[in-house]
Amino acid sequence: MYDTPKVENDVATTDIKISAHGCQVYYGDTHAIKDVDIDIEDTTVTAFIGPSGCGKSTFLRCLNRMNDTIDVCRVEGDIKIDGEDIYDPKVDPVQLRAKVGMVFQKPNPFPKSIYDNIAYGPRIHGLAKSKSDLDDIVESALRRAAIWDEVKDRLLAPGTGLSGGQQQRLCIARAVATEPEVLLMDEPCSALDPIATAQVEELIDELRGQYSVVIVTHSMQQAARVSQKTAFFHLGNLVEYGDTGQIFTNPQDQRTESYITGRIG
Amino acid sequence: MTDANATQPGAGRPARSSSLLQLDERTRRRNASEARFRLYGMAAVGIGLAFLVMLLVAILSNGLGAFQQTAFHLKIELKQDVLDPNGNRDIDEIKDAKTFAYSPLIREAVLRQIEAYGIDTPLSEAPVEGFSSPLDNLFSSGARSTLRDRVIANPDLIGQTVDFRILASSRVDGYLKGRVDRESIARDKNLDTVHLDLVDALHEQGAVEKEFNWDFITGPDASDARPEQAGMGVAMLGSFFMMLVVLGFSLPIGVAASIYLEEFAPRNRFTDLIEVNISNLAAVPSIVFGILGLAVFIQFAHLPQSAPLVGGLVLTLMTLPTIIISTRASLQSVPPSIRDAALGVGASKMQSVFHHVLPLAMPGILTGTIIGLAQALGETAPLLLIGMVGYIASNYPGGVAEGFLAPNSAMPAQIYEWAKRADPAFYERAWGGIIILLGFLMTMNIIAIILRRRFERRW
Repeated sequence: MYDTPKVENDVATTDIKISAHGCQVYYGDTHAIKDVDIDIEDTTVTAFIGPSGCGKSTFLRCLNRMNDTIDVCRVEGDIKIDGEDIYDPKVDPVQLRAKVGMVFQKPNPFPKSIYDNIAYGPRIHGLAKSKSDLDDIVESALRRAAIWDEVKDRLLAPGTGLSGGQQQRLCIARAVATEPEVLLMDEPCSALDPIATAQVEELIDELRGQYSVVIVTHSMQQAARVSQKTAFFHLGNLVEYGDTGQIFTNPQDQRTESYITGRIG
Repeated sequence: MTDANATQPGAGRPARSSSLLQLDERTRRRNASEARFRLYGMAAVGIGLAFLVMLLVAILSNGLGAFQQTAFHLKIELKQDVLDPNGNRDIDEIKDAKTFAYSPLIREAVLRQIEAYGIDTPLSEAPVEGFSSPLDNLFSSGARSTLRDRVIANPDLIGQTVDFRILASSRVDGYLKGRVDRESIARDKNLDTVHLDLVDALHEQGAVEKEFNWDFITGPDASDARPEQAGMGVAMLGSFFMMLVVLGFSLPIGVAASIYLEEFAPRNRFTDLIEVNISNLAAVPSIVFGILGLAVFIQFAHLPQSAPLVGGLVLTLMTLPTIIISTRASLQSVPPSIRDAALGVGASKMQSVFHHVLPLAMPGILTGTIIGLAQALGETAPLLLIGMVGYIASNYPGGVAEGFLAPNSAMPAQIYEWAKRADPAFYERAWGGIIILLGFLMTMNIIAIILRRRFERRW
């Protein structure tokens, strides 16, 4: 039933950052993720696609244990980052989340100044030794999120006063400010207009140089544009996982083909 | 165009309904019922407003009088041979002159004034010396001791003729305010029309005036016989110390409990039970909290009776559910995306609550707290059971410790106490007290609104 085609031919060329094996997620009695095996590469953009409710966001939230905040949610199987089981009882989710940053569907800046939005993470993790250190972290985070030029003159203005696309890039800057190794993005462009989407996509492509980026998206065009690897989820199963080009041009599974050609989803 | 239409135009379509310019029966009925409903609504609002206006008119017309008090302005000669026969200004010897010694001084001053203005009244024959004189009924029975206190405070006044403000008796006060008329005076054994004629004459000369009554706002309560001296000040202090206790206990306990329940506690049957019970507690009659306070704080813990500390603790119990409910509501209204954002950058649960959720919930928490405090401020029934009602608050507390621990009254208790007393002058003061209490409540509500506006953040 879970006859996921193994596309491991070019996995060998890069390091595996995250590997999940036999991953199951239950919401109460609902079996939301069924036996997912996946190896996510470093310095690569991996896109999760699939129809609504297929479990792609749920699986994404397993990767930094955001599902811990939901009482009824239960995760089984093992998920390793750099070979370490993140569901090991010794792992503190707070430390994990500093290493695995996350950007959410709706831009959710804190109702504080732009500066404080970025500085919050480094502050609570003690990354800055002095005020000027912190200033540098803020600047470099904003630069990496390609928003520095737009906000450098108003760092003390509230982050909620920015436009939607700027807010989302601010959230990305906030996520990279804690020096994560993996960046999870849960439909980061779904609340943005096409221009802002283009900016964020461009940014994602740049971020690939330093991070392993996992992005959940509803838009197949977006997956095709930004990702190198694509995983297709359907009804809680990982149906197919492989090179983006191959998934979109030559899907192995009937369900993938139906989704890509618009017959399901 | 379908085939059916092609063969027989209009056959497949519904028949043309009547013109849009003409209302059909159904629409007419619907519009009529809507219009009726609006009328009901306006009538309901109107009735509410009418009651509000009635309330305000009643309160203001009955209570404003309490803010004015009639007083005589007399030049009183403080005779040395009466007050300090040895002339050495020894404070103990001055204290030997009891209040009765001051009565003739006041009587004499009135008679002098009658003579000076040339007023023709039988009272000019009234005796100056003696245990009582018909002139005494013009003044508050507390006037002598007020005068004595002034002299003891400043013995240098002895031997001089000094301008004094002497409170009129409650009936003279009532006469000038229109509360007492000549008909009712006929049935009164303290005062008769001769007195009123004199008061009228003195009033024309400006020797008797109604003045703003600061003593009512700042002064202590007085005994049954001296309504003209009764004030709200000490009861206000009692209420103030009670509110400090309520704020000091209910805000931290309430906020901590709600944060735990809302953000940390697991959802299970036990927390559900707690939740239901907190909601139920908010609806428990306040007198129940009163008897609980009596049993726990006074009979078991032996805290002092009638003390604002105990009153505050009882009101804390009463206010806690209100604060917990409103705090939880405002914590719930903080969007989950903010929590996600904080957790996403690696904040711990507690950091996300204290750095992000709590500041955003603050306006709601403060508003709930102030509303809870305002409720507690107006509460009377629980105070009944711990002895804060019926206590005559005649002494200012001597300090902060005494403010919490010494017996005192509270504003609503004081009002109830006045309303209970026989003299109609106290009735007027009860209404006046209500104006003060409502003033406080309104101020607190306005502060709540300002805080909410001020700290409300958009996200």
